[in-house]
Order: sequence, then structure tokens, then C-alpha cells
Amino acid sequence: MAAEISPKAKAWLAVAAVPIILYTLLPIGWILSLSLKGGTSITDRNYFPRHWSWDSYKYIFTGPAHNLFVPALINSIGICLIATIIGVALSAFAAYGIARLDFPGKRLILNTALLTAFFPAISLVTPLFNVWRSVHLYNTWIGMIIPYLVLTLPISIWTLTAFFRQIPWEMEQAAQVDGATSWQAFRKVVLPLAAPGVFTTAIISFFTAWNDFVFATSLSSTPGKAWHFDGAQTVPAALSYFTGKSNFIPPTGFVAAAAVIVTIPVVILVLFFQKRIVAGLTAGAVKG
Amino acid sequence: MSTIEMKHITKVYGDGFKAVTDVNIDVADGEFLILVGPSGSGKSTLLRMIVGLEDISSGDMLIDGQRVNDRAPRDRNLSMVFQNYALYPHLTVFENIAFPLRLGKNKLPDDQVTKLVDDIADVLELREHLDRKPANLSGGQRQRVAMGRAIIRKANAFLFDEPLSNLDAKLRGQMRTEISRLQRRLGVTTVYVTHDQTEAMTLGDRVAVLRRGVLQQVASPRELYEQPVNLFVAGFIGSPPMNFLPATVGDGTLELPFMTMPTPEAVTRAKNKGDLVIVGIRPEAFEDATLVEDHQRAGGLTFDAEVDVTEWLGNEKYAYLPFEPHPEVQAALNELDRELDGEAMRTQLVVSLDGSSRIKQGDQASLWFNPAGAHVFDAESGINLTRDEVKAQQIADESEADRQRELERAQRKEGAPV
Repeated sequence: MAAEISPKAKAWLAVAAVPIILYTLLPIGWILSLSLKGGTSITDRNYFPRHWSWDSYKYIFTGPAHNLFVPALINSIGICLIATIIGVALSAFAAYGIARLDFPGKRLILNTALLTAFFPAISLVTPLFNVWRSVHLYNTWIGMIIPYLVLTLPISIWTLTAFFRQIPWEMEQAAQVDGATSWQAFRKVVLPLAAPGVFTTAIISFFTAWNDFVFATSLSSTPGKAWHFDGAQTVPAALSYFTGKSNFIPPTGFVAAAAVIVTIPVVILVLFFQKRIVAGLTAGAVKG
Repeated sequence: MSTIEMKHITKVYGDGFKAVTDVNIDVADGEFLILVGPSGSGKSTLLRMIVGLEDISSGDMLIDGQRVNDRAPRDRNLSMVFQNYALYPHLTVFENIAFPLRLGKNKLPDDQVTKLVDDIADVLELREHLDRKPANLSGGQRQRVAMGRAIIRKANAFLFDEPLSNLDAKLRGQMRTEISRLQRRLGVTTVYVTHDQTEAMTLGDRVAVLRRGVLQQVASPRELYEQPVNLFVAGFIGSPPMNFLPATVGDGTLELPFMTMPTPEAVTRAKNKGDLVIVGIRPEAFEDATLVEDHQRAGGLTFDAEVDVTEWLGNEKYAYLPFEPHPEVQAALNELDRELDGEAMRTQLVVSLDGSSRIKQGDQASLWFNPAGAHVFDAESGINLTRDEVKAQQIADESEADRQRELERAQRKEGAPV
């Protein structure tokens, strides 16, 4: 158990946190402000909007841009959720095997996984684009989900391996002696104990896919029609296709509004899983 | 209720290290067997081979006459208490205890589970803690939860892996009697690993002493204490440990530091004059000569020596008498001391005197001891030259009879097992 922090130290920590919070909130506040400034006041050089207006939001949800934004949002949510679920399931099995079993080539697998994570995504995009076109995966959900799995699996495997290694092996052996099969021991003991790790991994995977621009813009062309699933463009890529009301006005406000909307699921996810992410669930399992 | 037979059990690790070598032990139905030895003696490995968490390199493990070498732990129907309890931290105490009943072939309907867990909780006094998580329990409570999880199922045998080593001394004593009572009451075959000789002596029907993976002796605590087979067993069993004194074989006598004693017959046969042997005498064999009654005095030897330090404990008094070590024997004794996890202290004779003795440190004291209780060991091999096989067999028979009687009585008194 970590030592209790004294109230005085706590106060000082709070003071120290203020500039950091301000620093990180500044650009987010700026985007929020831009999205709420209507029309031409965007370029008025004020941090806080003088006239509040929902025009930008109306524009992307019900206005001219809704054919672009709404299906892109559906694509983003669907593709990222599916990629996350498959990715976490796959990496949980892989990580469990790596953490628990002794087999030749174990290090090789881990190192290769790390290596692919370092590989610049941009170098994969062109060959992938050609392959995807010839196998008809271009601009499809599956065509997006596969590269996202590739993108997130290495880091997921690494984090989960670390988490599984922390779980005392004896816990699992106890389950086996109690009559559990390997699968039951995994499901009833290991997985619940690794829950913080699983959630952390899930969130990292989700964000990676959610924020991706390179694959999205190269492997998809249109967001399709809402609920028709005939396109795979996600929000980050779709944003680049936004246009202003005329050719001479940049779509700054609309992009800002879309960015705010896209940030909301992220915030909800973090708030929702905040408690689960806190590790230390294993306290008291063994002596100490 | 089961028997466990270990036949030529050997464990060799991948790097060629032999953790357990050719161990043969039969555990009778309802018997409480202790595996004891210093760290690294292979006792835990042996236990884990019984339960199936460790592969057996060669030899046969039989439970109820069935070879179980290739069976998974869940198919052996044994239950185990781990050293660090291995409770499931995400489950409540209730669910921890009920865990074995929620799986596969042991699966029971909910109302039956609740009844069983409640019964166990009453036995182990965990009733008011059933809804808590293991993290919020004290060490002793966690220990009891681990035991509850082990006994809730009709297991063939209970296995304990140093279950008390994480508890403080007082609690350890309580839990020791608790485990003993529970085992008698349930009458279930039990194998218990410990490095603590007190636990071994107090709990076990029989004790198996291991040294570097090799079984030294399996016998009742009394036999280990009175008729050890070698230097290692003699040094391991008993507290304070047996004194080992270098001695030279003379004409019908053994020349020891402080004294000369008659050579036992067995030694005369095995050794020549001038040979070096090690004499083991338990501290309890000594007494303050002034407190020995006259009719006893003749049966023993009296000698004078200077007492370095005394410790008075109320019912008894320990006195320490340093002596010059013999270089040839000392190497062997130091080696033994290291193996027994002792710190190489100065060579001294420890004697346990009656609490009323007035011997003080610095005194020139007159001490008495009975040479019949002494054992003579070969200086090189450590084999006990004076072990009395007839007497050992007699002790073994008596212990077995005692065990049967005790088991029957406990079962009759407690009624049907839980």
C-alpha cells in the first residue's frame, strides 16, 4: 500500500497541477470556442466568443454537411468498437500465452510485435491500398478494421502481457486444484483480475483507431449513406472533405464543431472506466 | 478418504537440477503426514507433484491405487492450501469458499452451496465475514478462508504448503491446533509441508525428513526424536537442537570434551581405537548434578565444567558451555549447520537444566547426564551407529496404534464429518 499523502503535500500537488491543466485545456477550449462562434466572428481574434451560436453544429448535423458527417460518425463508432473488441480478445489470448507458457520463439514474438509498432504507418498505406483494391476491401468496414487491428495489437499484447504477469500464478493453480479447467481458470480468475489491464488496453486501442487519419484517408473514399454501410470513411478523414459556405471561407467552425463532437465519446469512455482502470485490484490476494 | 503412494518419485528440472530424488512414501488412509526439511530440500516440489502442479520426471504417484501421473490437477480430486493462501481477490469470502462448488463436476444448486458454505463458515468462525473481500481480512481470517475452500469439497486428501508461515507466532499456535482438530474430525488423509520442526513434531502422525531432495527418514515424531537414522535428522528435530561433540574412540571409552563416556557396543563393533566419531546428546539429557536424586545419579555420568552463559525461562534453564572444536569434525558440522539454516555459532554445548537450578554464568558447575540417551554418529557419513532398530520398530507400532485410536475417538466424538 502506498503511504498516505499528507494534506499539506496534497495542497501543493493541487497547486502544481493547475498550470498543467490549463496548458492542456487551452487548445480544447479554443476548439470549443471556435465551434460556438458563428459565421464571420471566427477570425475576430477573441479567445471567448462574443456571440454564441449553434450554427456550426446545425450545419454538420442537419445542414449541408450532415450527409458527410453523420455517416462518418457511424462508421467511426462501428469500426473502432469492432476493432477494439476483436483486438482485445485476440491480444488477451496472445498475452496470456506469452505470460504463462514457455515456448521457443516467445521473445521473438514479443520483439516482432514491438517492431511492427515502430513501423511507420505511412509506408504500409500504399501497398495496402493496392492490395485492398484488388481484393475489394477498399472503402469497406472490414478493410478498415484489419489495419486497425494491425495498428493496435502490438501495444495491446505488450500491455496485457505485463498485466497478466502481475497476477500471481498461484491464483490460477489454486483454481485448477479446485477443479477448474484451464479455460475456467482463465475466465473466472485471471480475466477478472486483469480487468484493469483489459480496460486500459481497450481504451488505448479504441483511441488509436478513433484518432487515425492516415489509414482512414487512404483506404476509404466516402462515408457512404447513413445506416447503409456502403462506405467506410471515418470522421478524421471526413473532416478533410468539409467545405466552407463558399470557396473563400475556410470551414474552420464546422471542423471545430465536428472535433468537439468526436471528443465527447472519448471523454465519456474515460469517465466511465476511470474506476476500472485503477489497478490494485489484487491487493489482499496474497500476504502483505 | 484415500491413500497416497509415492514410488521412486524423481524430479529433474530442465537445467538438470535434481530437486527430488527417488522418494518412496506411503501415506495411509486418514494419516497426517508431514514433509519437512530446510529450504531447498524439495518438500514443496514433492507436494506439488502430488497435486499435479509439477510434472513427475520418473516414478509413480498413486492415489487410491490409481496412477495419477498424467492426470490434470482437477482430475485428482485433492484440495490444497497455498502458502500465500491464493484467495481470489475479486470474490467475496462466500464466493471464495464456494468456488470449487461452482465448477464442472462439483457443481451444485445454489441452495445447497449456501448451506454448505454456511456450515463451513460456522466451523471456521467466518460467519460475519462472508460478504467481505479477502483484502479486508486479517492474516488469520484469510488463512481460514483458504482452509474453508479446501474442505468444502469431498476431496480425497488435503495438501498444505507451509500454511502458517505468514502468521505471527501466537496465531500460528492457534491455527496449528485448529488444523490438527479439523484433520482428526474429518479423518482425511493430509500431507503438510513445513520447514518448522515444531509444526512437524506437533501435527504429524508421521514425519518425512528431506534433505536436498533425498528422503532421510519417515517415522513418527517420537522415533525421529529418539532413534534418528543420521546426523541430519538428529540435528533437525528437537529444539534447542542436539549437541554434536567430537569424540575419539579409546579403550572401551569415548573421549569427549568435558567428559569420558563408555563406548556403546555398536560403536565398538564398527570403529577401531583412535577413530573419530560424533556424539549427539540432546540438551534435555543433562541435569544439574545437585538436583539429581541419589538413586539416579549412579546411572549417569557427572562432570565439571565452566558455564559461560545461562538463560532462565521459568520452567527450565539453558546453560552454554563453550569447548574447543575439533578441526576434522568441525568442517562436517559447519556444513550441517549451514544446511539446517543455522548461523555458524561458536562451538558450545547447550544443556537444559531444571528451572530450580542455581547454576549461574561463570560458575564452575557440576553436571550430570545419562549416556544411554546419547547417539554416536559416523564422522564421515553421518550415519547413526547406535540406532536401535528393535526399539524403533516398537515406537513405530505404538505410534500407529495411537493414531488409530485417536482417529476413531475423534470421529466418534464429533459424529459424522462435515
